[in-house]
Amino acid sequence: MSILDRKIDDPELKRATETLTPDRIEQVINSVLQGETGARLKAYSEICMRCGMCAPACHYCVSHDMDPSYSPVGKVEQTMGLMLRKNGRLSPAEVYGMAQIAYTECNLCRRCVHYCPIGVDTGYIISTVRRICHKLGVTPLYIQDTAHSHSATMNQMWVKEDEWTDSLQWQEDEARDEFPGLRIPLDVEGADIFYSVIAPEPKFRTQLIYQAAAILHHVGADWTMPSTPGWDNSDMCMFTGDFEMMGRLKRSHFEAAQKLKVKRIVMGECGHAFRSVYDVGNRWLGWKNHPVPIVHSVEFFWELFHEGKIRLAKKFEEPVTIHDPCNIIRGRGLMDKLREVTHALCTNVIEMSPTREHNFCCAAGGGVINCGPPFKGVRLEGNRIKADQLRNTGVKVVVAPCHNCHGGLEDIIHHYQLGIHTKFLGDLIYECMEKPEPE
Amino acid sequence: MNALYNFATGPLAWAAFAIFIGGSIYRIWSMIQLAKQKEAAFISYMSWPYALRSIFRWFIPFGTLGWKENPGITVATFLFHICLLVLVIFTPGHEVMWDYAFGISYPTLPEVVADGLTLVAIGAACFFVHRRLTNAQVRYVTTKADWIALGIAAAPFLTGFLASQQFGDGQIMTLLHVLSGEAMLVAIPFTRLSHALFQPFARAYIGSEFGAVRHVQDW
Repeated sequence: MSILDRKIDDPELKRATETLTPDRIEQVINSVLQGETGARLKAYSEICMRCGMCAPACHYCVSHDMDPSYSPVGKVEQTMGLMLRKNGRLSPAEVYGMAQIAYTECNLCRRCVHYCPIGVDTGYIISTVRRICHKLGVTPLYIQDTAHSHSATMNQMWVKEDEWTDSLQWQEDEARDEFPGLRIPLDVEGADIFYSVIAPEPKFRTQLIYQAAAILHHVGADWTMPSTPGWDNSDMCMFTGDFEMMGRLKRSHFEAAQKLKVKRIVMGECGHAFRSVYDVGNRWLGWKNHPVPIVHSVEFFWELFHEGKIRLAKKFEEPVTIHDPCNIIRGRGLMDKLREVTHALCTNVIEMSPTREHNFCCAAGGGVINCGPPFKGVRLEGNRIKADQLRNTGVKVVVAPCHNCHGGLEDIIHHYQLGIHTKFLGDLIYECMEKPEPE
Repeated sequence: MNALYNFATGPLAWAAFAIFIGGSIYRIWSMIQLAKQKEAAFISYMSWPYALRSIFRWFIPFGTLGWKENPGITVATFLFHICLLVLVIFTPGHEVMWDYAFGISYPTLPEVVADGLTLVAIGAACFFVHRRLTNAQVRYVTTKADWIALGIAAAPFLTGFLASQQFGDGQIMTLLHVLSGEAMLVAIPFTRLSHALFQPFARAYIGSEFGAVRHVQDW
C-alpha cells in the first residue's frame, strides 16, 4: 500500500499543498538537502542495504500485519528516498503524502536503531523530512497551531502570562487546605530548584502542578517557578521542523532559570520536552552541555527516595506495569531509576515484554498525537501491538512518566477496551506519601 | 586467451587495486571533510569507547535485538561476510598470486575446505536473492542498485567455484573469476558495497550517541 492509498484530509495540509508548484518544491527541498544535511544523510542513503531488518522494530508495521509501507525503511523510501530519486522535483500530492508519513506515521522513537546493523538513524532522516515540510509550509493543522502558540506566547497552549500565574496561585490556594503552609514560590532568586512543566499542565492537567507542589513541600525543597515566559519546557516546533523557533524556546527556558540564578532545573514527567532540552534544542543553540543542569522528574524522584526524603504512609498494592517512554529511556537511560522508584512505591510490578529500551512506543510521541483528531485513527490502528503488550501483563494500572505516553496509552486503552488506568509517578507518590491529618 | 588472462591478472589487477584503494581513501576522506564542514556539532559527541562497544557488539551473532529477531538474515549475513574475508586471503589460488607478485607466502586452506566455504557463501547469496524476492518488506524497497550490489558480491564466489571445479573451459571460468573479483574491488567505493567502508563510521556515530549522550545501549 502506498501513502496515497491512505491519504487523510487535513485542512492545513490541503491548503498548503494547493499553493505549491514543482519549482518551489524543488527549490526548497534542495536548499535543505544542500544547506543543512551532510555526511549522515549521504552515508545513510548510500549504505542502507535494504535488508528490511527494521520492519519488526516499528509498531506501525507490526500492527498493520507487516505492511511494508509502514516499515522504517519503507517510510524513508517514500519520503527522503523519493526526494533523492527525483532530485527534489516532487508533485504537491507527493509532498502531501510525504508530510503525512513524516508527521503521523513515525514517532521518532528510534526503536529501529536497535535493529539496524548499519546504525541508520531513521529518526534523524524523518526529522529532516519534517524540516523540509516545515520550510514548504506543509504541516498538519493541529500541530501547527501549537507551533504558532509557541511563537506567539512562548508556550504550547496559548496560556497568557496572567493565566499562568493565576493557575499557580489557584493550585496553591487549593493545596493549602490539605497542606497548611504550602507555597508555590514564584521568582525566588537563588532557589535550589527551578520547576518547569509543559503548557498542557496549567491548561488541562492542573492537578499535576498541585501534586508536584505537594511533593516538593513534603520533602522540604527550596524551589521556585518563574512568573514570566520560559516556564514551559515543551517544544512542538522541534517536531514540526521549525528549528529556529525551537532554539528560541530552549533559550527562553534556560534563560528564565539563569535569571533566577537557580542551581538546577527539575522538569515534570514529560518525554518530548526532555528530548528537546537535553538532546536537540541545546545542540541547535550550539551548547554541547546545558547552561543550567537539568534533570527529569524520574531522576529527581529517584534522588528523593535514595535520600530518604519521601515518607510513605502506604504502598500501592494493586499490580502495576511500567511503560518506558522512548525519550527518557532510549533518550537518557532512566530505565533502572524508573524501576527503582516504581518498586519503592508499588508492591507488585509486572514487566511488559519487550521492556526497557526495547519497549514499544506509545504511538503518541514525536508530535503524532499533536497532529490532532484527523489522525487519531492512525495512532490507534498503528499500535495494536501496544494494546496486546498491555493486555498480556494482565494488570489494570500502567505507570508511564510521560504526558504524551499518557495521551497515547489512554486512547489505546479506550479503543481496545483494556480497562487499564494510567498513572504518573507523581500520582503514586502523592497517593502514598504521608499527609497531614485533616483539621 | 593467455594474453587476456595475463592482462586481467596484470595491468587490470593493478588498476582494480589502485581504484579500490584510491577510491576508498577518497570516499572516506571526502565524507570526513563533509562531516567536519556540515556536522561538526555531531562529531563532537563521538566517543571511542562507546563507538568500539557498539561495533564489537554488532559483531556478535545474535548479540543484538536486530540479529535476534531476524535469525535467517543473521546467519546468512555472518556466513557470507566471514566466507568472503577468509576466502579472499586463504584460498590456495589467491596465495599463489601473492607469492608470485610479492613473494609473500603463508599457509592456506585445503582446496576442499575452500570449495566448501565458497558453497556456503553461494548459499548465503541465494538466501539474499530469495529474501529479496519473497519478503514483502524487502521487496518493497529493493531497487536496481541492490541487485547490482548483490550480483557483484556474489559473482566471484560463483565463478570461483566453477573455476575450481574445472567447469566447461576452466580457463574462461578463471578469467571470469578474476574479472568479477576486480569488478567487486572497483565497485566497493562507488556502490552500495561502500557499506564496507562506512558502516564502521555510522555504527561508531550512533554508538557514541546512544552510549555517551543517551546512556543506553544501541543493540
